[in-house]
Amino acid sequence: MASTSTAYQGGSVLRGLPSSLFKLWFLGSSVLILLFIAAPLASTIAAPTWERFVETLVDPAVIQSIWLSMSTSGMAALIALVFGTPLAYILARYEFPGKKVVESIIDLPIMIPHPVVGISLLSLTGRDTWFGTFISDLGIEIMGTTTGIVSVLVFVGLPFYVNTVKGGIESIPPRLENVSRSLGAGRGNTFFRVTLPLSWRYMLVGMIMCMARAISEFGAIIIVAYHPMTAPVLMYERFTAYGLGWSQPVAVILILVSMLFFLLLRAFSLPKRSGV
Amino acid sequence: MIDIRNLTIQLPGFAVTDINLHVRRGEFFTLIGPTGSGKTLVLESLAGLAPKGTGSMLVHGRDISKLPPERRKVSLVYQDHSLFPHLTVLDNVTYGQRYHGIDTRTGKREAHDLLERLGLSRVANRKPDRLSGGEKQRVSIARALACHPRVLLLDEPMSSLDPQFRAELRQTLKELHRDTGLTILMVTHDFVDALTLADRAAVIRNGRLEQAGDVTDIFRQPATPFVAEFVGMANVLPACFHNGQCSFAGHTVSLDRKPDWNEGYVAFRPEDILVSQTNRFPEDWCTLRGAVTRIDRIGFHWTAQIKCDDQTVTAAVDQLTALEHSAKNNMVHLGIAKPHLHFMPPQRTAA
Repeated sequence: MASTSTAYQGGSVLRGLPSSLFKLWFLGSSVLILLFIAAPLASTIAAPTWERFVETLVDPAVIQSIWLSMSTSGMAALIALVFGTPLAYILARYEFPGKKVVESIIDLPIMIPHPVVGISLLSLTGRDTWFGTFISDLGIEIMGTTTGIVSVLVFVGLPFYVNTVKGGIESIPPRLENVSRSLGAGRGNTFFRVTLPLSWRYMLVGMIMCMARAISEFGAIIIVAYHPMTAPVLMYERFTAYGLGWSQPVAVILILVSMLFFLLLRAFSLPKRSGV
Repeated sequence: MIDIRNLTIQLPGFAVTDINLHVRRGEFFTLIGPTGSGKTLVLESLAGLAPKGTGSMLVHGRDISKLPPERRKVSLVYQDHSLFPHLTVLDNVTYGQRYHGIDTRTGKREAHDLLERLGLSRVANRKPDRLSGGEKQRVSIARALACHPRVLLLDEPMSSLDPQFRAELRQTLKELHRDTGLTILMVTHDFVDALTLADRAAVIRNGRLEQAGDVTDIFRQPATPFVAEFVGMANVLPACFHNGQCSFAGHTVSLDRKPDWNEGYVAFRPEDILVSQTNRFPEDWCTLRGAVTRIDRIGFHWTAQIKCDDQTVTAAVDQLTALEHSAKNNMVHLGIAKPHLHFMPPQRTAA
């Protein structure tokens, strides 16, 4: 009886919640969140004087660092596409012992502090390890190289790619693949003729997520490769050496270039309107 | 010809056990069972799409148990159509032809022929999302047939369709089978599908076969109480058998043949019962007496629940009788011709 009465009271409280208050909560929270993200960025964009902005825009070191950030992030996203897709497929389609462990390993780079990523990578590839010696013999250097930067970015970006594509593949009914196979197509043909055409948008979104994460990486990069300088490292250097006024224009350029790039990719990855 | 021998598949929490099925070449065979009985699992196993089990599966004499799905030449049509959404109807139909040695030109010609035969020519260039349910299912059948399969497997093809499309598809399947002579194995939970389309059938329940044989035999002489209820014998009543007589619902019937069991069941269909105020039935009929406890309307039909002694019998009644007995506890007489009574032992499995 008591529980019935409580439940009734709870119901009456909910019933009594005015719809205007509900709307205010939803709208107010949304606006607040948007402001929280947009306000600091807007103040950064508005901060530099036009002269200093133009001066920075033509600075070869800035252009080089932004290009390095974009190109290494793009490379990381491509590597994620080639090597991460099969893993995303396996995780989406199969149940096996230890699957939760594998999923946790994939998520680890999101959780661990960024400098630890750099330190781990250096420990693995140091000259005193057999792996380090092996890749060094192959002519691959990690410390202070573009290869090192790309390695770090793949490390931090992979979870975003794998998880996005896994979710995408899960949304494709496995029966479509079953039918394809019963019609005579092998695993490979089924993947390229059914799964890929239906999941490429998720792969693109996964690459955008991976690249976005990679462009913003700083903590792991300064451990592995302070030079050549990516945009975040250059910003940090300008901030510590010259102050906020000199790091802001670099930030503005990076924000604008990234926004333009991601807007284009998002537009490209949106599904066509159906039923037209 | 399909020959499934001792098929057992163990899944977490469910198993199909010791399935033996023999489908003759060119036969339309249905595997019937309620939802979750394991019928789709048997079908997917034949197509190579289920976890491997034990036992063997032969199609036209060739053991396919160890072959991957793409090499079995067994085409599967799912109930939800499973058309490739990114391809047009024509591209869906021609999808598998290249893997079966059919060249592009011949394949396209055959696909157009199939689409025409199934009344789909005008939608050949449409994407699946612009088709009706019936059209989608016919496209998926055309797609399966376009690969010249040895065997066509149909997984409840009618279940997701509106009634008008269902009747239409039944007719299409009947004609296709007659024209192509293809071996077809269809699973369904609707016994009407089996009665309309199939020569023979098997009933599956909880992963085990309950009965297999001619569809009319299953319909007329169900082997178990479950099969009896499944094929529409709504009255499955526990009965005592003694000295060549069967007692149920407060009545005793003499049997032509003395059964070798004492406890069992009697089953009969609601539509085989005549309900009357008077007891004017032929002498050799089985007659019961009871009180009407409920009248139910199901569309244009009526059924009466009649309590006879301690058992309740469901009888189909006409509108007039239904109105006459709408008041509760009206006493009525029930008459059932003896051939409509089916007697069963307590438990029996298919041979």
